[in-house]
Amino acid sequence: MHRWALWFVVDAAAASRARVPGAPYQGFGCMHAKTMPPAWIELRAPARGDSTPELHAGGSWRIANARQLDRELMRLAVPGDRVIVDMAALEALDTAGAWLLYRTLKLFRTQRKEVALRGARDEHQAMLREVAANDHPCEVDPPYVPTLLRILDRVGRATVDVMKAARDFIAFFGAVTVTLMRCVWRPRRLRWTALVFQMEQVGFNALPIVGLIAFLIGVVLAYQGAVQLQRLGAEVFVVDLIAVSVLREIGILLTAIVVAGRSGSAFTAQIGSMKANEEVDAMRTLGMDPLEVLVLPRVLALVLTLPMLAFFADILGLLGGGLMAWIALDISPVMFIERLRQAVSLWSFLIGIIKAPFFAALIALVGCYEGLQVTGSAESVGIRTTRAVVEAIFLVIVMDALFSIFFSTIGV
Amino acid sequence: MSVVDSRPQQPIIRVQGLRTVLGGHTIHQDLDLEVRRGEVLGVVGGSGTGKSVLLRTIVGLIRPAGGTVEVFGEDMATLKDGERRACETRWGVLFQDGALFSSLTVAQNVEVPLREHLRLPQRLMDEIAALKISMVGLPASSGAKFPSELSGGMRKRAGLARALALDPEIVFLDEPTAGLDPIGAAAFDELINALQRRLGLTVFMVTHDLDSLDTSCDRIAVLAEKQVLLTGTMHEMLAHDHPWVREYFHGPRARAALAAETAGPEAHA
Ligand SMILES: Nc1ncnc2c1ncn2[C@@H]1O[C@H](COP(=O)(O)OP(=O)(O)O)[C@@H](O)[C@H]1O
Ligand SMILES: [Mg+2]
Repeated sequence: MHRWALWFVVDAAAASRARVPGAPYQGFGCMHAKTMPPAWIELRAPARGDSTPELHAGGSWRIANARQLDRELMRLAVPGDRVIVDMAALEALDTAGAWLLYRTLKLFRTQRKEVALRGARDEHQAMLREVAANDHPCEVDPPYVPTLLRILDRVGRATVDVMKAARDFIAFFGAVTVTLMRCVWRPRRLRWTALVFQMEQVGFNALPIVGLIAFLIGVVLAYQGAVQLQRLGAEVFVVDLIAVSVLREIGILLTAIVVAGRSGSAFTAQIGSMKANEEVDAMRTLGMDPLEVLVLPRVLALVLTLPMLAFFADILGLLGGGLMAWIALDISPVMFIERLRQAVSLWSFLIGIIKAPFFAALIALVGCYEGLQVTGSAESVGIRTTRAVVEAIFLVIVMDALFSIFFSTIGV
Repeated sequence: MSVVDSRPQQPIIRVQGLRTVLGGHTIHQDLDLEVRRGEVLGVVGGSGTGKSVLLRTIVGLIRPAGGTVEVFGEDMATLKDGERRACETRWGVLFQDGALFSSLTVAQNVEVPLREHLRLPQRLMDEIAALKISMVGLPASSGAKFPSELSGGMRKRAGLARALALDPEIVFLDEPTAGLDPIGAAAFDELINALQRRLGLTVFMVTHDLDSLDTSCDRIAVLAEKQVLLTGTMHEMLAHDHPWVREYFHGPRARAALAAETAGPEAHA
């Protein structure tokens, strides 16, 4: 009657593994046994001294009941050196339930008990056999690296990556310059349609947002200036404040930052998704130079349109400032223009506009460069786009600082 | 799996009069389909006929514009959120290329549904993850690896392990052998067959692989003209005279696949 379960392979002691610290996230646990038929185990201890203890498993041994079964099996203590496991009352058994049962049988074996299975249906035996055949513990977490080592590793990698990126970016700049020279030599090589299209995209379409932001900054500047200068009775100098700050710095810097967020990122995303889709490789095999087809029109478009955008931002900034000066300080437009002529030289305006093409080239080059760095996955497009915007804004501000030093050295 | 079914005649999935509209295009119109418990159903159809959309509609990723989708005898549209979630734990989906979470290791990926739906002790989750990883034929060493460190075929196996984590009754597969080399594809077919038999799974498989259709599927459903044109065994497909079906099952590739299949036993005989 008792079939001794000899098929059952006993593995070496279960590998005990240390876990990497870090609290595991716990879900809602909605698969709880509410809707599930229950599962149970029962230990029938011997009535007489010589009979074998019987472990009865019954009900639905499925994963929804695994928590409860796991807890009860952990508490289980079977006396003696023989045990009968009765599965006759088992209604359902899935791999999780079979695993729990198998694990218990394995434990009995390591406790040197004789185990007999009784009343197991064929399909339940098959399920037990299935989990027994797949008892191969594995590591769950990635190999643990000590924190200090990990920090050092990251710093080191980041440093090397920055160096490499700087080198590659300079090489890229060189390659684009060479391509540009070639196109200057033979202007028919230039993609005029693409150039005009990009100018519309990055220049004309950016007018509303750039204008609005410049206008609002003009308003804010005039208001804040007015509050301070009124105390000194020097209201009229608010015009100087607005004029110099908008024309020299804020107009161009703001425009460059907006354009970096708007167009630099677009360049990366456009070129990046083409790269991910192997379109750039296809282009090369068709004898087209991606620098010439994709990069040059974008760089030129931005270099040509950013000065115009900056000029537009200057005008709107002055307009906003003038309006606020009129409202808050009662400086009429005529007075404003009069004061403006005395306050600013042509140089104040030119210094702002001169910087524009340099910023434009920087933003466009960074955007295109990051786009061409995209590899395969869609994830990489996202990473590169973010990076392009951050790098472009950072580099624009660094370059602006360098310009300040330069202009103050030559004394304008 | 020894699921005691009180209604053995009832199909496990029943789609009736399904209408799906995406981006203004009607993808399905009056589509009917039944999947029986314990069978492997292969869904075929030309590119863009809406096979993936049908799969996504059944698992609830796309809301139908009309008709009913019943799974486990429950009308999916009328279920409350909690009941829906309970249903969702009873099926597993394998997306193309596995759709593994790239920031987690393979074993952690398998543990995601366990964590989300059950409150198991970590040790038991680790054990179940290891069990599933072994069941799909991955070596134990792949448990602590990240998806990016695996080959395409291994990622699919890992995706299958995750789909099987909660011991589902139905497994949905979208072109499981696409992108695998013939050896890998045959091995994956074999794995699905073996698991289906041993775990008593119902399998809904979208595929273009004629070898898979022939070796794995109990029945085939042909999707064309926004509907399930016909369902039946390979024999019935071969006997049917719809032009697309003829083209598909009598084309040069089909002949080669079927010839290989029929030549096998004869060679041994
Ligand atoms: N999210 C979506 N929005 C709009 N149209 C879609 C969407 N998903 C798929 N489609 C369209 O539905 C049709 C069927 O797609 P799909 O089911 O992926 O085809 P296949 O049978 O090759 O798997 C295609 O024409 C596709 O363009
Ligand atoms: Mg598809």
